[in-house]
Amino acid sequence: MTTIRVGHLYPDYLNIYADRGNIAVLTRRAAWRGHELEVTPLGVGDAIAPGEHDLYYVGGGQDREQLLVAGDLARKAAALREAVARGTAALAVCGGYQLLGRGYHGFHGEDMPGIGLLPLHTVAGERRMIGDVLIQCELEPGEKRTLAGFENHAGRTHLDPGAEPLGRVLAGFGNDGESGFEGCRAGRVIGTYLHGPLLPRNAWLADWLLAHALAHRLGTDEAPQLEPLPDDLEGKAHQVSAARARSRGGRFAG
Amino acid sequence: MQACLDYARRMRPRPPLAFEIAAARGVAALSRRLGAGGGTTIPGKLLAELDRDAIDRLAARLAMGTAVVSATNGKTTTTAMAAEILRPRHRLAHNSAGANLVSGIASALLGAGDADLGLFEVDEGALPELVQRLRPRAVCLGNLFRDQLDRYGELELVAERWREAITSLAAEARLVYNADDPQLAAIGEAYAGSVAFGLDDPRVARPSVQHAADSKFCIRCGTPYHYAAAYVGHLGDYRCPRGDDARPPLEIAAREVSLQGLECAAFRLDTPEGSRRIELGLPGLYNVYNAVAAAALARTVGAELHEIAAGLERFSAAFGRFERIAVGGKRILLLLIKNPAGANEAVRTLVDGGAPPVLVVALNDEIADGRDVSWIWDVDFEPLLPSLETLVTSGGRAAELALRFLYGGLDEDAIEVEPKLGDALDRGLELTPDGGELVVLPTYTAMLGLQRLLTSRGLAKPYWERSG
Repeated sequence: MTTIRVGHLYPDYLNIYADRGNIAVLTRRAAWRGHELEVTPLGVGDAIAPGEHDLYYVGGGQDREQLLVAGDLARKAAALREAVARGTAALAVCGGYQLLGRGYHGFHGEDMPGIGLLPLHTVAGERRMIGDVLIQCELEPGEKRTLAGFENHAGRTHLDPGAEPLGRVLAGFGNDGESGFEGCRAGRVIGTYLHGPLLPRNAWLADWLLAHALAHRLGTDEAPQLEPLPDDLEGKAHQVSAARARSRGGRFAG
Repeated sequence: MQACLDYARRMRPRPPLAFEIAAARGVAALSRRLGAGGGTTIPGKLLAELDRDAIDRLAARLAMGTAVVSATNGKTTTTAMAAEILRPRHRLAHNSAGANLVSGIASALLGAGDADLGLFEVDEGALPELVQRLRPRAVCLGNLFRDQLDRYGELELVAERWREAITSLAAEARLVYNADDPQLAAIGEAYAGSVAFGLDDPRVARPSVQHAADSKFCIRCGTPYHYAAAYVGHLGDYRCPRGDDARPPLEIAAREVSLQGLECAAFRLDTPEGSRRIELGLPGLYNVYNAVAAAALARTVGAELHEIAAGLERFSAAFGRFERIAVGGKRILLLLIKNPAGANEAVRTLVDGGAPPVLVVALNDEIADGRDVSWIWDVDFEPLLPSLETLVTSGGRAAELALRFLYGGLDEDAIEVEPKLGDALDRGLELTPDGGELVVLPTYTAMLGLQRLLTSRGLAKPYWERSG
């Protein structure tokens, strides 16, 4: 049994789209493989010790909550960057995803700094992009998998040239409603607009994160293979969610 | 229907109001005859298409004016309670089936030609327009929780639009607001003709603010509030530790609350005119909130304390909210769930009354339910798990709901997935002993689906015949 240490950033502030569902999925899926997940809340003023956590989780918040934590996150930035350079994995959803980029430029000119962990920046748009969404990913060469979720964001996220998107949009808006890309991946760090929450109906990504968190814990480059689970309900939920995205996923008119 | 509307558009210039009313009423009758529903919104839609300003003129005909209720949770029940209080002294135009958009209220106005008082629940998003059109003499704001962010946008945005709507009220209009909600207190304190209501009984408080709480940071400085008592979600007796904000004094309050399982609740209603012990035929702290809100609103419209007490004690249940329906020798108990704060209260009430061994939960994801189903993960279903032997999940997102309970710790063998409502209901009833009660928690369109199903089986009256 291995203890996987998760640092949950700002659970009191960034929790709007059922982020605890993602944590519950990681916890149970680790337990079903005989591992223990130890989740530590990392709030305003808490110090980050690089190497201590195997996985960071950052959820989504409303604008107000995001602003309340942005300053503190900037103070944690150097330690987070060092931790990630040393192999800690990360999942950031929606608002958390925006904060991991270089910053958010608000609609009325107000700026919110990001920490530059992901090569992207976000600009507020007039219309929110809301709806079911389905994307196709290839995190490991040759392994194409889909992620189904729900998106609700005003921000248009633009990836730097050469940055790796998390996936290609099959239905829905994605990062900006135009590029056809969704999310961003840099090594073991993943950012995405998909909530719903993301992991219950996309169990393969939960396992990918667990495997890379385990790799950090064990100090290996290669992520270990996790014992497969039946995932019948997860598969059904994924199918329904994917079908919703195909039939009613968001798109701009014209 | 579309042809009808096209025809109506070609009819411009504007037909006389009497003609519009006749046309719209005709459509309501037709809609019922065709079995298309209660005609609770279609005639209003037609009227809104013909001439949206007709709603203003219909409302202006009400001799005693209009009172409206908006809230994330409890607006149907609060409005129905206020109607029960006010019915002896007024002929009401009341959207009792919960059709709370412009069209639904237009329909209610059309359907109550001899009414002297309008009493309407109003959708959170529709409040600004309806305040303009109805020019209400009284507005009741009950609470603001996160709900259907895909439809309403962020909470702050709704609060901001409410604030603007209240600012535009006529000078003599009264605002009654739940002072236990920091967002509403800020709106209420800024309005001259306002009345604060709330709960005051730390014995029934939660040990801490719930996970799903929304407005838990000081609206002025962002510091987390200290709660002397947290009752439902972020509703409670709060104060900013830096002294920037605190719950205003309560003019109307529920004190000495006693919760009696799944059956009823009692409290002392304190008003400036005196106090009364109220025995409510509905359970749960959230219904105490609804009752205090209804009391405060009815008082503003002129009801006396003895009328308020009598009305509240007469009240049984609003449409689909804690409704009991007999099926053979068994009963079905319907509790609508639609967002974390409301669902948490339903769960808490069930657990207080002895958590059921069999449960049917139905999750749909239509627009009226919210297409984003992530909210189920913010509901604290966990207190139900220890005594739960079989969970039947149903609705369009039955599998997603099953995952919520599976990852919450329920054994996979205890979960049955029956996406069709009829199958789920049959299975639930099969597992319920004779004389027993089956608890069903549906989202909004699932509740309508269940009502249709029960009506078609001859077990319940169609909803448009049950109001009043």
